Amino acid sequence: MLEIQDAFTRALLERDRPIPPGLTCSNGLRPERRFAIHRDNVVAGLIATLASRFPATQRIVGAPFFVVLARAFIDRHPPRSPVLLEYGKDLPSFVEAFEPARDLPYLADVIRLEAARGRAYHAADMPPLDPQTLAVLPQERLPFIRFDFHPATSMIRSSHPIVTIWAMNADGSKPKPVEPWLAEDAMVSRPTLNVRVHRLPSGGGTFLSLLAAGSPLGDAVEAALSESPNFNLSTNLAFMLGAGVTTAIR
Amino acid sequence: MKPSKLPGRAGVGLKPQHFTAIVAARQPVGFFEVHAENYMGDGGPLHAQLGRLRQDYALSIHGVGLSIGSMQPLDADHLGRLKRLCDRYEPDSFSEHLAWSSHDGVYLNDLLPLPYNGSTLARVAEHIDLIQTTLSRQILLENPATYLSFAESTIPETVFLAELVQLTGCRLLLDVNNVVVASINQGVSPDTYLKAFPLHCIQEIHIGGHAESVDESGAPLLIDSHGSPVSDPVWRLFEHVIDRVGPVASLVEWDNDVPSWAMLRKEAEAAQKILDRPSKTIAA
Repeated sequence: MLEIQDAFTRALLERDRPIPPGLTCSNGLRPERRFAIHRDNVVAGLIATLASRFPATQRIVGAPFFVVLARAFIDRHPPRSPVLLEYGKDLPSFVEAFEPARDLPYLADVIRLEAARGRAYHAADMPPLDPQTLAVLPQERLPFIRFDFHPATSMIRSSHPIVTIWAMNADGSKPKPVEPWLAEDAMVSRPTLNVRVHRLPSGGGTFLSLLAAGSPLGDAVEAALSESPNFNLSTNLAFMLGAGVTTAIR
Repeated sequence: MKPSKLPGRAGVGLKPQHFTAIVAARQPVGFFEVHAENYMGDGGPLHAQLGRLRQDYALSIHGVGLSIGSMQPLDADHLGRLKRLCDRYEPDSFSEHLAWSSHDGVYLNDLLPLPYNGSTLARVAEHIDLIQTTLSRQILLENPATYLSFAESTIPETVFLAELVQLTGCRLLLDVNNVVVASINQGVSPDTYLKAFPLHCIQEIHIGGHAESVDESGAPLLIDSHGSPVSDPVWRLFEHVIDRVGPVASLVEWDNDVPSWAMLRKEAEAAQKILDRPSKTIAA
């Protein structure tokens, strides 16, 4: 009996294979057409799942190209779990190596941004850090504090203007040429129920990635300053607290 | 083992886009149903919505990913997730399909058919036992929409389902749309199928829409699509079943091309009207 499911599975995933033996149809018809319904269900359902997780990506490349991309991805990375909430985790690295998408070097990072939004949507609920917590702290302790990040928070560092590109393809407006073409680091947060996408202030990428890795505030400031001289601590702290990217200090 | 206990009223599948309209007033629906796998994230808006509606309405959790009909062992991680979900919401019912959808660790994202014989019966019964033990509750098993059959099948589907009820103490979810789809595709009359169905074991009914196509001989080929209003043959058969069994929890399934809340509610109200009719008590 296991052999039937082995053969059935192979024929579903490899669409050129003959259908498994032992299938029958009413009124003596050939079972190929019926089996094709299952083949279509598998791939159409997964394409729809990817399209709903990556709507801006689909808009950028257009629906026909998206279907080609999604099919190629599904063939290589069929889902390993019946929970599809995170299906497509491997899509960014797949796209980086996908020859037909070669002319869109920013695409993988836009996909990373959309994947981060999906993760944030389903992440655990936690109240964000109360800004008062920092305000009442003695000045001399500040360099030594570390932050716990909110489970919905993620950062995407890019050498392309990915927040700009994502935003103009997410809101249904007509995309315009992006000028100037500047690198943007994105942060996704969900302090309450709405997922938010932010463009990080100057130096924020280095600053927040060090904090997220557990570095104390003083070290993160130093590294951010040495990388971008116009790094502004109060702007970045105000951003962090306003966007609700952390939950506690230690 | 907790029994399934949905109210004998019309219900609808919960869609996140309808939430605002739903909470604006008390809705004339007896219960909401959700797909288990869509609620297996840790938190966020979907859980906030479900938690809110759970306070006011009965809840049915409907799984699509357990792969009960698989000859391989059940996915223990998935069963664990399901247990956590049931512990969180204490649904009035949990249901799954007589089908398989995972193999060798790959999720195939479709409800696939299995042959019906002594060895598959034993395997499926084992799986239902394990699920019912893990969840400490009776589950409902849904009859599938099928397009194919197997040379290795030796037991009619209706008998297979009745045997599973006997072996495991589970109950059945009768999907009337699946009866129409499978019967037409298998070249039998839906009424004949229903005559053989163990109607006394039904604890829930699904009704929905299907797409019509034709096979290479020009005969009708129906596709289970859940993307349109309940079709006329499904309404007719539904009335017939309710006449025989009385009011049973009945869900309007509309998962693709989801309509407005007002439209979906109208379908549920039409189902409720049938449930409210005085029983004709036709002898079974």
